Amino acid sequence: MNPSVQALRHHFEEGGAIGRALESCGDTIVYVQASMLPRALEFLKVTPEQDYDYLVDVTAVEYRDAERPLELVYELFSLRRRAQLRVKVELDKSEDLVIDSIVPLWNAANWLEREVYDMFGVRFEGHPDLRRILMWETYSEGHPLRKDFPLRGRFSRSEQVRRALNMNPEAHYSMEELSIAQAYHELPADMRDRLARDERGKVPDPESS
Amino acid sequence: MGLDVTQPTDAPPDTTVVSPVSPNWVTTKLDFIVNWARSNSLWPMPFGTACCAIEFMATAASRFDMARFGMERMSFSPRQADVLICAGRLPFKLAPVIRRIYDQMPQPKWVISMGACASTGGIFDTYAMVQGIDTVVPVDVYVPGCPPRPEGLLYGILMLQKKIRGETLADRTLREEHPLDERGLRMSPRLLDEISEPFGNSIHQTRSG
Ligand code: SF4
Repeated sequence: MNPSVQALRHHFEEGGAIGRALESCGDTIVYVQASMLPRALEFLKVTPEQDYDYLVDVTAVEYRDAERPLELVYELFSLRRRAQLRVKVELDKSEDLVIDSIVPLWNAANWLEREVYDMFGVRFEGHPDLRRILMWETYSEGHPLRKDFPLRGRFSRSEQVRRALNMNPEAHYSMEELSIAQAYHELPADMRDRLARDERGKVPDPESS
Repeated sequence: MGLDVTQPTDAPPDTTVVSPVSPNWVTTKLDFIVNWARSNSLWPMPFGTACCAIEFMATAASRFDMARFGMERMSFSPRQADVLICAGRLPFKLAPVIRRIYDQMPQPKWVISMGACASTGGIFDTYAMVQGIDTVVPVDVYVPGCPPRPEGLLYGILMLQKKIRGETLADRTLREEHPLDERGLRMSPRLLDEISEPFGNSIHQTRSG
């Protein structure tokens, strides 16, 4: 068992912030209370003896057993100590799936959290730019990796093709990306307006236009 | 093209022409020359999205050498391309992209759908995948296989050349553009649902209407 678990328990004594820990295939897994996650990860990152400087992955798991909570997985690695630690958080599916973002700690979490949001619908409080990353922004069928999501999607195939053909690929770039590509002035006027008002996530539904 | 075989409407009917599209010595000879030139200098627009593209690259490389059939120049600009080769699966996110590339290609233009995924969706019968690119753009030749061997793609190209040799300039409908209809689709929703029916172990499908 990774000694970091002991250090975590020692540092966060009060209130059962650190849950059970187990070892699997040589990797240490430790469960942390959702409200304590940013503080626990900050402890693991800045404490010199821990020094987990590399956030390998943020992902989530939903089990087929409907009773089991959704698990968020934070895979940490210390490049200097060559130590691995997997931190997990359980989120009750009957409540809102909300957790604090850890982008202030690791910038690497930016896209990873967006992916978890896109695929599982977990909202990350304090994320600078929380929008879909794999599916397009106007995608409205839900979050594909949830167990209640049908394999072929919720809409009929013709509706899916219609929405796909009606989406405007340029509508999904940010102002920065567009000014780098010098494409900003070639956009339709309404799209330019919308981007200038910082309403990028609110692309009008092709249905209503 | 320069030859106008349709009769001017106010001129007296020319009794030497049975019908505007009837073959005569001039049109057949001209067709032969034009088709010979077109079929032997096809410039492909490679739209390689997945594993099939690797096989497509092999087809273009020295061992199989597509240049033997007049395709030595890959046209990475759709405006100079004659044949769109969709090599690989097409996710919904790319559907508007391939449609725009197809619309940007000047007539005459043809489309080869390479591989099981491009032709039918293949093993990816999921929420993210277009079930056959013929729901988005018209297709001339389907090449089956996962992936097709280079010989398979070459055979498809030879079939396309054969098809081109059978075309006639008199048939104006061959070169007509078919833009998307007001729904933004190129076929009726019911037909689209039907040709993307589920198969294999996926039985869930939402239908339109
Ligand atoms: S048909 Fe097979 S090889 Fe081609 S893109 Fe699909 S999975 Fe890949």
